Amino acid sequence: MAILEHATRNMRAPAPAALLVCEHCDTVYRRRPLERGEVARCTRCGAELDRHRVLTTNALLALILTSMIVFVQANVWPIFTLGLNGQYRATTLWGMIDVMWQQDAQVVSVLAAATLFFFPMIKMLVMGWLLWFARAGRRAPGFAPLMVILHRIGPWTMSEVFVLGALVAIVKAHTFFDVAADPGIYAYGALTLLITIFSGVDMRQLWEQTPEPGA
Amino acid sequence: MNTLPRAVDLGVIGCQVCGLVCRNVPGDTQWGGDGVDDVMACPRCGSTLHRRKANSYARTWALLIAGFILYIPANVLPIMRTASLNDIDDNTIISGVVELWVKGSPDLAVIVFAASIVVPMLKFLALSMLLVSSQRGSDWARPQRAKLYRLVEFVGYWSMLDVFVVSLLTALVRFSVLSRVEPLPGVIFFGLTVVLTMLASISFDPRLIWDGRNTDD
Ligand SMILES: [Zn+2]
Ligand SMILES: [Zn+2]
Repeated sequence: MAILEHATRNMRAPAPAALLVCEHCDTVYRRRPLERGEVARCTRCGAELDRHRVLTTNALLALILTSMIVFVQANVWPIFTLGLNGQYRATTLWGMIDVMWQQDAQVVSVLAAATLFFFPMIKMLVMGWLLWFARAGRRAPGFAPLMVILHRIGPWTMSEVFVLGALVAIVKAHTFFDVAADPGIYAYGALTLLITIFSGVDMRQLWEQTPEPGA
Repeated sequence: MNTLPRAVDLGVIGCQVCGLVCRNVPGDTQWGGDGVDDVMACPRCGSTLHRRKANSYARTWALLIAGFILYIPANVLPIMRTASLNDIDDNTIISGVVELWVKGSPDLAVIVFAASIVVPMLKFLALSMLLVSSQRGSDWARPQRAKLYRLVEFVGYWSMLDVFVVSLLTALVRFSVLSRVEPLPGVIFFGLTVVLTMLASISFDPRLIWDGRNTDD
């Protein structure tokens, strides 16, 4: 539990354990246990310092597994269908990525594939993997690099923006075409809800909750 | 005197990636946005420790200016072409918003306007202001500036909205010669603007807001 570590090279005394540094203004605090549902805020800049995790590891893992299933559905099922004079066209996410590539908008195609498919998928797989081992109080193989990956891809998942985009596209197309919502859009709606819940979870707490290997 | 100690005063560094608090190298006192940053790795997660993000000012300015340059063609050039049997209609971001408004969806028009125009402009103005005031070491409205930065970080990615709208319409409206939607270069510039401004806000170090002169303590 206690962290007694220090930066490498020429260091004598280790940093005091259980200190907390505000990422937004560099103010140092002493870590203290939080009440249920409590959020600790920095008194200097107002940023969130620490948050009591309401969900247990098991509940969080269940949430991630559900999200994975919904994610598969959201990607396999068509999102919506347009009709014009008896002709119909539906698309899935990958259909969209493919068409944008062929239409010489490769940049957009790559952006969509990364922010709507690869990053969300990596995020869920990594979280699932880490939580699976955390459930047994252990650090998963590759724990440190995976935690770093999770931190880096954080801002680059955009499923919720896509859902709003689909809504706007439906309204725009509605003037000229018959529009029918397909199961994919509902799966995306559900996915957005799930993502909102687990993106509020601070995965960094796993550093404190699981023991160092060899410790 | 200020009763809240900062990591630089105590000689410790908080790891930005995993949160571990590490002791600083003794005698190494240079720091700052464009200052020399010693390379130290976090013993827990292996990330490089920075008292301040490396070259934060130069990097953020560069990304922000690049984003702004691309934002011009993103707005001037059309982002989408709607072609039907007897008519071709090219839409820019603004004309798309106007069209939504007049076709009877003012609420969605407001959302698209906010995501495509207000959010990018907010990012350009807010980050420029944060950069200038922090570089001058100003202590003006620090808590508000800190809050503004968190707002920019929070809303930044919603600008991608129009890019997804154009992509979806392109994929769906493909009825041979009757009706087709094609993406036009504006949408590529716009997508790149969003990425560059997001990178700019990530490379800005909000701790710089609190460095420099202190008149209140
Ligand atoms: Zn703070
Ligand atoms: Zn670290």
